[in-house]
Amino acid sequence: MVQIRVAAMAVAASVMIAGAARADQAPDPAWQTVLDEAKGETVYFDAWGGSQNINDYIDWVGDEVSKRFGVTLKHVKLDDTAAAVSTVVAEKAAGKNDGGSIDLIWINGENFAAMQEQGLLAKGFATDLANWRYVDTKNPSVTVDFTLPTKGQESPWGGAKLVFFSDTARSGPVDAMPKSADELLAWAKAHPGRFSYPAPPDFIGSSFLKQVLIEKVADPAVLQKPVDEASFETVTKPLWDWLDAIQPVLWRSGRDHPQNYPAMKQLLADGELDIIFAFNPAEASSGIAAGELPDTVRSFVFSTGTLGNTHFVAIPYNSSAKAAAKVVANFLISPEAQLRKEDPRYWGDPTVLAMDTLPQEDRDAFAEIDRGIATLPPSKLGPVLAEPHPSWMNRIEEEWKKRYGG
Amino acid sequence: MSADVSSRSSRAAVAFAVPLFLALPVGVGLIGVVLPAFGYLPALGGDAFSLKPFRHLFAQPGLAASALLSHASGLVTTAISTLGVALFLAAFHGTAVERIARRALAPLLAVPHAAAAFGLAFLIAPSGLIFRLLAAPFDLDRPPDLLIIGDPFGLAMMAGLIAKEMPFLLLVAFAALPQADPRRRMQLAASLGYGRMAGFLHTVWPGVYRQIRLPVLAVAAYASGVVDVALILGPSLPAPLAVRLVSWMNDPDLSLRFMASAGALLQLAITGLVLLLWFVGERLVGRIRRSVGAGGWRLSGDGALRAASCIPVALSGGAIFFGLFWLLLWSVAGFWAFPAILPPSVSLQTWGRALESAGGPLATTFLVAILSASAALVLVVVLLEARRRQFRASAARAVRLSSVMAGLIYLPLIVPQIAFIFGLQVTILALGLTPSLLLLSAVHLVFVAPYVALALADPWFAVDPRYDQVAASLGHGSLKTLFRIRLPILTHAVLTALAIGFATSVGQYLPTVLIGAGRLPTITTEAVALASGGNRRVIGAYALLQTLLPFLAFTLSGTLPRLLSGRRLAMKRR
Amino acid sequence: MNLHQSARTPASGAASDAEGGLILRDVEISLDGRSLLALDRRVLPGETLTVMGPSGSGKSTLFAFVAGFLDPAFTARGKVLLGGRDVSGLTPQERRIGLLFQDALLFPHMSVGENLLFALPAALKGRRARGEAAERMLAEVGLAGMFLRDPATLSGGQAARVALARTLLAEPQALLLDEPFSRLDQELRETTRDLVFARIAERKIPAILVTHDPADAAAAGGDVVVIGAAGRGDEHARQPGAERAETPLRARALR
Repeated sequence: MVQIRVAAMAVAASVMIAGAARADQAPDPAWQTVLDEAKGETVYFDAWGGSQNINDYIDWVGDEVSKRFGVTLKHVKLDDTAAAVSTVVAEKAAGKNDGGSIDLIWINGENFAAMQEQGLLAKGFATDLANWRYVDTKNPSVTVDFTLPTKGQESPWGGAKLVFFSDTARSGPVDAMPKSADELLAWAKAHPGRFSYPAPPDFIGSSFLKQVLIEKVADPAVLQKPVDEASFETVTKPLWDWLDAIQPVLWRSGRDHPQNYPAMKQLLADGELDIIFAFNPAEASSGIAAGELPDTVRSFVFSTGTLGNTHFVAIPYNSSAKAAAKVVANFLISPEAQLRKEDPRYWGDPTVLAMDTLPQEDRDAFAEIDRGIATLPPSKLGPVLAEPHPSWMNRIEEEWKKRYGG
Repeated sequence: MSADVSSRSSRAAVAFAVPLFLALPVGVGLIGVVLPAFGYLPALGGDAFSLKPFRHLFAQPGLAASALLSHASGLVTTAISTLGVALFLAAFHGTAVERIARRALAPLLAVPHAAAAFGLAFLIAPSGLIFRLLAAPFDLDRPPDLLIIGDPFGLAMMAGLIAKEMPFLLLVAFAALPQADPRRRMQLAASLGYGRMAGFLHTVWPGVYRQIRLPVLAVAAYASGVVDVALILGPSLPAPLAVRLVSWMNDPDLSLRFMASAGALLQLAITGLVLLLWFVGERLVGRIRRSVGAGGWRLSGDGALRAASCIPVALSGGAIFFGLFWLLLWSVAGFWAFPAILPPSVSLQTWGRALESAGGPLATTFLVAILSASAALVLVVVLLEARRRQFRASAARAVRLSSVMAGLIYLPLIVPQIAFIFGLQVTILALGLTPSLLLLSAVHLVFVAPYVALALADPWFAVDPRYDQVAASLGHGSLKTLFRIRLPILTHAVLTALAIGFATSVGQYLPTVLIGAGRLPTITTEAVALASGGNRRVIGAYALLQTLLPFLAFTLSGTLPRLLSGRRLAMKRR
Repeated sequence: MNLHQSARTPASGAASDAEGGLILRDVEISLDGRSLLALDRRVLPGETLTVMGPSGSGKSTLFAFVAGFLDPAFTARGKVLLGGRDVSGLTPQERRIGLLFQDALLFPHMSVGENLLFALPAALKGRRARGEAAERMLAEVGLAGMFLRDPATLSGGQAARVALARTLLAEPQALLLDEPFSRLDQELRETTRDLVFARIAERKIPAILVTHDPADAAAAGGDVVVIGAAGRGDEHARQPGAERAETPLRARALR
């Protein structure tokens, strides 16, 4: 009996060691301290809750970090990341500089810029994470979020790239679909009422404006710097010309716009819109799987490239479980978690890891993912256009509202 | 008699303490919006007072149109809802049609605003049921490119609001009717040769309206500051002010918070103006009614008008019922393209996932709702009883809340939620309170209590005070009289008030997310978060789940009194 | 009714004849410094004092004062003595003064029997004993067997008798009658009136009847006081002196 028990314990121990070694091959004493501190802590993770798939994925993460690290993960489902930003602002206004209620936020772009600027984020932590070494640091958007250096204040979670979808049953093969902003304009004129974009400041809508701006601007390099008021009008004129031209042939003659991407998705399903776009290349496949889109929907991109960025998780400056939040952030960039995330059966969100840093078996696993019939393989996603400086977004949104918002 | 004097002043103190207690959070929250509106919010770098936020606000494109929309929505919604209820009761009070309406009321009231709006959208959108039915005869293979949802005049939005507010006004009117003595007055009017509708509108309706005036004002305030219905059905370019307010508050650019605060004050002014214009309209209508009455126009043959008078109520009821049915269909539908009238495939997958995770949120929702509604009931009863005792029995007919008290109690209904919830959140954090079921219930109480007061005040004051005197003369103390006589007599009104309070708590989103710090997910926070994903199946399932608890509450409030006092005829009439 | 005797407090039985009955001593009620009415009266056990006057003359104010419901807006001087007790400072529920209004005001959520049980003093214990006491009282007012009836199904006369039964069951030491017969038709009014005054006399309860109807006053058989005869706004009529002049029976009532 005793022997059996010892043997069982030895097996269990070796399994545990193997697991630990897989997550952290060279046990770094600093990281071990974080793990020790994290044990027993609860992480409140404020993240958009509009997708059952993503919610289920986060539930799975919660189960895993609880099993492996003794960390409890609670998903605070939001309809808008702004609610989380608002809470941290309120806590700062109330002088609650520690013991804050949020430990981790799903964030990027403008929300990150605002929180960073107002000092609402914990100091850099991302590069200290044990799994940082797998991250594709050659991808600039992993460390530079909308031209702002992340300074390690957010840890990458997933990749995003602007991708267009159309229903081949209604619009014909995707090869014949527009491959640039100019072609899109011509297509829209030929098919009045079949295209639209969400009204800014919706994130997808604003991103679309940036896509057109990058394509149409004379010198894209100016967009990497903050807006210069003196030249703003000249620089953005091609964008407004393009928008003025497409306005009358938009859905509802441009008198109304879809509220956001989900609304566009529904309009594609209803047959009201023929071309829509999203920031997740796997959206079409998961829409088909969920019965939201017809199985004849396919993806396409612009040949000169589309906007790409990365979404992150960040720790508020007053989080009450910073160590555990780091443990969760670290788990999110583990090959295992990233693999599951990229699998469209669970989510279908592109990984932020560099394949060449991964062990062979993980590399194979990534290669074997069935991305679904409507998803373009990474090799066909086309070039990535870098996000402009966030000040452009603000000015363009303002200007757009002036021109089309009243 | 010094004991009497002191108890009188203590009653006065209680009668004011409760409204003050309820208005306090709003006041505190408002400070949190007035300061940033004038440029002061150190947490975001606003250290000096200035008018810049207002200048910024007034420079926003389409601001005038937004303000006008909010304003028109407040007035039009209220006018049509009130008129619809008046005409319906005039035509059908005491008939089988009215009994049907009474029975259909519970589900209508239980549907959350957003769910009703989604339901209506599913009906009238170009891809909705109506156009699917028209698709075959008109040979449509795609939905027509028509601006129906989100029309620039906000007609779809107002229709959605009217559909949801009319049942609410009907509910309070039903509670007010017995006090207006309709049977005798209508008999009298009929004996003078007046037609049924003219008789009702001249003799009964003024008495009903006087009692439901506060709920009507609450509708006006709500409709001028509504967010969820406006988001789903309202125009987007520009959107009504309240919607833009929320988007400014939620903008990643935190400096917009200052302008958003200024916008909240503008919203407050607009709501105030709507109420003011409503007061003027009340006078005008009263004058017209009097001059028509003085003219002696009897309208004795009103058959056609009577039939037409059921249209507004029937349309709104029908829209919500069909909307609910459509939500149910969507919740089980597979891929369902235009112009199929029924889903080609059915799946319970959405429900399976929803039910798996809905248990916890439903339990939290129920606990918070029952706690806040009961606490609100206790507070409101204390307030109403203290107020009633300030009057002598012979003046019982004159008992009502003073306008200052009413103003304080209804403040949370008039001030847009988004305008003060942030300031309230800061205060609660500064006090070091951590999110808990009790704290959340206490915050819900602020929004629940006004509706409970709304529903209970008039029935409370309408009970013959001599019942209390008789009980006292029989040797019973005031507490025993309250529990054995007054509350049982008011069983129906009390349960209705509880159900309204319960439903109000269930519907709270912003306070639940912000004050609960997301730690206490309710069915509504889950529904709103999931609805942001735009999946109609999920929206349908969660809208129905959200309807479930209020529906049970309203059904119970309608049937319990009958069960409790099934043998008492006089109680059924109450 | 032995039952009643046993439940009654010993103090009331021991009251001397000089202190017995209901005494309104130097009562003067005024509003905003204006005197509304003044009265100095004694009502002997079993007698009924009738207070008459046009509406607005202060009848209901007097009623509220004696019952203990006077609005604090009024200033009242003087005392109400009941069986030797000064009840002026007591709450209505401590006074043991029964009320009968024009309406029966039976509690609509209770059966006839429950209405009666609600009135029966708690000193009488036991479900069965209480039920029997209520049944006995119902029989006394001619409504035997109506214990389970819904008040809403009673005729006006039946409801008035249940109201009387309910009031008497609480063993009041005085009764205040606020036009209790005015809602009944002629025939019912007479029989109900007779029933009420018979009970008052039999139980030796002092009573005050407020009424418009001279026939009520006649049936009550006791003294009649007319207050505020000149109507509202006539200061003079409300002066104590003026009232005394109008009430020639005062001397007898105070004898």
